[in-house]
Amino acid sequence: MNYWPLLGVAVVIAGFALRLNPMGVVVAAAFATGFGAGIGPLALLELLGEAFAKSRFLAIFVLALPVIGLLERHGLREQAERWVTQLRGATAGRVLIAYHALRQLAAAVGLTSIGGHAQTVRPLLAPMVEGAARRRLAALPEPLRLRLRALCAATDNVALFFGEDIFIAFGAVLLMQAFFAEHGVALAPLEIALWGIPTALCAFAIHGVRLLRLDAEIERALAAAQVPVPAANDGGGDA
Amino acid sequence: MIGLAPVYALLGGFMLFAAVSNLRRAERGSINNAAFWALLGSITLVADWLPAIVTGAAIVAAAAIAASGRMRGSRTADAATPIAASFSASVTGAGSPFGNRIFIPALLIPAITVTAVLAFKAAERAGNPMATAQHATLLALALACVAATLGACAMTREPAPAPLREGSRLLDAIGWAAILPLLLAMLGTVFAQAGVGEIVAELMRAWIPTDNRLACVLAYALGMALFTMLMGNAFAAFPVITAGIGLPLLVQQHGADAASLAAIGMLSGYCGTLLTPMAANYNLVPAALLELPDRNAVIREQVATALPLLACNIALMYLIPFRTA
Repeated sequence: MNYWPLLGVAVVIAGFALRLNPMGVVVAAAFATGFGAGIGPLALLELLGEAFAKSRFLAIFVLALPVIGLLERHGLREQAERWVTQLRGATAGRVLIAYHALRQLAAAVGLTSIGGHAQTVRPLLAPMVEGAARRRLAALPEPLRLRLRALCAATDNVALFFGEDIFIAFGAVLLMQAFFAEHGVALAPLEIALWGIPTALCAFAIHGVRLLRLDAEIERALAAAQVPVPAANDGGGDA
Repeated sequence: MIGLAPVYALLGGFMLFAAVSNLRRAERGSINNAAFWALLGSITLVADWLPAIVTGAAIVAAAAIAASGRMRGSRTADAATPIAASFSASVTGAGSPFGNRIFIPALLIPAITVTAVLAFKAAERAGNPMATAQHATLLALALACVAATLGACAMTREPAPAPLREGSRLLDAIGWAAILPLLLAMLGTVFAQAGVGEIVAELMRAWIPTDNRLACVLAYALGMALFTMLMGNAFAAFPVITAGIGLPLLVQQHGADAASLAAIGMLSGYCGTLLTPMAANYNLVPAALLELPDRNAVIREQVATALPLLACNIALMYLIPFRTA
């Protein structure tokens, strides 16, 4: 067996480990793999061109940027922060758990397009979570702010991934059915979808516990802020 | 059938607008942004009519511009200020002059998308299909974005170029990360063509004691997660790892129930998606959208969920598919 195509995998791992620009890394990896598999540079350009034509739709999220940009200029994010501070009992962790539950349930019934990083997480969820955290801790430390934002995106991903697989008409379920049908094993989509539920419950439980611990962390930061340690001026950040 | 031509027209047109507005700007590096978006906008518009080799060359050129590090945007620390400032300029408690009405156009996006998807499905059931199932969601999302933009213009009384200007500002802040998912999908195609998956499956089969059920379960679940991390996509990993390990070893040799094995195997792959920069649209694009200085910040937050969940999947895979055996 020819192991040389793995050269591209090595380029990807090395490139991401060295934190080189991913665009360059990916193109280099494509050429390395092609070289290892005996695909010439011109044939490879052709392969890249065909693949681009088929996967262009992946950039579709940029179509949400104009309306989100316009609304942000008119105070969308500020209003989202303000709205959440009027909710009694809203904490960063609870807002995220509510979003997680909603997003995962919606995905499980096939409504995967109800959220998304460009149209929901950046303009609505992130400011709401920040607003809820600020209610407890007005001067939110910068590292914690950045963590909250990253956690918003992470929550959207976890909820989507482990919700959508329960929906029987979802592409992944049909892909699995088609694969086994090709290999002579007949499966019902409903059966595949139902066996996604145990993992979906585990995902909600594991991520939910982490979100509850987030609130405890904010309370600790609050306690630390109220008992200022003299001469502990380490405002350096986490660079 | 409508096809995706309208989606490509909107996408390409918007990228070309971003190119032109970068040309008009006199800042350092703008010319590189203009060239980058002009290349990508043009091939997005006309890839169906170009020879594939020209499209491929244009992508390599765009990647070279991005890799040169000369693009203006949130990635270069000095130029991050205008948008990053808008991001943090909140908490005066001022809210929006429009009050809660400002949410309406934003909420129109999911509302119209879902309605349009259901409408496409209804048309299909009525024997009058307008789009394939995969295209329906994309067309619905594009339609919803256009409608929400028009609604927002009407509400704020801003002229039509205003949203395009704000949008291209955001597009420049995200920069090349917006295009990375496409490139990674292309790399996946090249990997598949070169047979990388078959090599990985063969290497794993050679290493594991195949008559031990636990070893096979571990190989399948971890193989799905690892290969998904390499490809950035569990859909690409599933046929390869299932044909290499799941079907011959677990189903045929150890008598596993195929339906539950497949479901849990795919979800083990999803744990890998949470851990890899190769899944750029889920992991790197949001880091850019949220203007996080560390581009792996989202992955870092996902590790503590993905690893325990992968352990749960291994336990479930050891128990559920063998419940009758």
